[in-house]
Amino acid sequence: MIFDSNLYLSRWPFRRLPNDETPQLVKKLKQNQISKALAGSFDGILHKDIKAVNRRLVEECQSSGPDLLIPVGSVNPSLPGWESDVIACHEEWRMPGMRLHPNYHGYQLNDREVQKLFGMAAERGMFIQIAMRMEDVRTQHSLVKVPDVNFEALPKLMQQHSELQVTILNGMKSLSGASITKLTANPNLTIEIAMLEGVGGIEKLIKQVPYQQILFGSYFPFFYLESSLNKLKESDLGMQIEKQITWENAQKRFLESTQN
Amino acid sequence: MIWDLHCHLSGVDGKTVDERIAKLMEYADRMGVERLVFFMGWPFLQDPSPEEFRKQNDQVMQAISHWHDRAFGFVYLNAKYVDESIKELDRCVKNGPMVGVKLWVASRCNDPEIDPIIQRASELNALIYQHTWFKSGGNLVGESTPSDLAIMAKRHPNTPLIAGHIGGDWELGLRAIQNSPNLYAGIGGFDPTAGITEMAVRTLGADRIIYGSDIGGRSFSSQLAKVQGADIPEVSKRLILGGNLKRLLTPILKDKGIKV
Repeated sequence: MIFDSNLYLSRWPFRRLPNDETPQLVKKLKQNQISKALAGSFDGILHKDIKAVNRRLVEECQSSGPDLLIPVGSVNPSLPGWESDVIACHEEWRMPGMRLHPNYHGYQLNDREVQKLFGMAAERGMFIQIAMRMEDVRTQHSLVKVPDVNFEALPKLMQQHSELQVTILNGMKSLSGASITKLTANPNLTIEIAMLEGVGGIEKLIKQVPYQQILFGSYFPFFYLESSLNKLKESDLGMQIEKQITWENAQKRFLESTQN
Repeated sequence: MIWDLHCHLSGVDGKTVDERIAKLMEYADRMGVERLVFFMGWPFLQDPSPEEFRKQNDQVMQAISHWHDRAFGFVYLNAKYVDESIKELDRCVKNGPMVGVKLWVASRCNDPEIDPIIQRASELNALIYQHTWFKSGGNLVGESTPSDLAIMAKRHPNTPLIAGHIGGDWELGLRAIQNSPNLYAGIGGFDPTAGITEMAVRTLGADRIIYGSDIGGRSFSSQLAKVQGADIPEVSKRLILGGNLKRLLTPILKDKGIKV
């Protein structure tokens, strides 16, 4: 039983991906013991009609994987009236959290609107996911070069909201050493393993980061699902730590808290 | 049967190369990797002098010395030093245990200056691995693209050559080498982006694709996933994971009395 914290539906803008049709994607997840997944939408990266993006995401999750897929709406605080997207995610669609792409949306985490967004999320008991990157910067389309998200402002931002859960998605290729230690000093900050690299990657990571703050994430279907699944085998974690990373950490932080 | 084309002595603790390779073999065992090709010592040097590449090759030869049938070495050369590189080829391949050549980023491989090295390697049946990338932000001055390698391959039509990383941006890399029948795609050392292996099989055929990991900077997990997770026939997976590399290395391995 695995809880995947990093899934995307719909279409990657630059090529078709195998398994980017939701029924096919759900089938593959089930074949690999993924029984819960936080699903965002690739459309949320570039589309401006975010409400329509999130509505389609909800419909797709309900029609293709109602017990498995948990929609996580996109919010772009640089758009006029973005607050209504947060309200719709929470009140209309009962989403437990939202997903941000600051680099694709052209803002920094120390912008005033982000402070407001974090405040709204905290008030409503929603979690926030922030994608650090969507692909290797070396392979980006020559007309769409997007730098990684800068997380320098995040610790201070999180300090203002003691209950707010924040997860960095696709961060582990770029974050390491002191930068990861500083971020994970806050126990409400979690990271996931989709872009974790290096031989025996998770074994090494748990020496730097408490395993209670590490989540299973696949970034499927952009990445082959087997990549993150294999990482559980390549590292010798022991049953208890593996169970926490693959299920309990996410279940406790993202589902139990919102059900209360 | 998994044979790994692309391994380094990095990513694990160990004061000596013997300690490092032993640790890497533990991970290889977990992931079912049977044979491994190592090249370059440490620290990584982009433009090594002859003295430096000799030292790096000594490190690799020492590392593989206790793993005779399981770990193979490719000699690291610098095409800026043609005479010294040919001497090193003879020292490490003709008169030593190594079975291939690694060329990295010191100079671009389309320059005919490199030809005597390629010819000598071919005479010795040494398999040649050339690092290649198409970086959207621009390559290093001496960094080859798959298109550069295709130009070089035309001058050596009977010599098998491997396009390392298949250019990173594989949608370009595969196109660049598709009409060069003596060019093979090395699919290790970049993100496990879904669709790479399917496109490679469509474009080149399964018998021109070779799995490699690029450990320790990369993981076995992410790189094996490119094959294990691909929607291609099982027979193709077997070729990519080991059959092709075994076929290409068999003549020189037999010459050296190594069991295949």
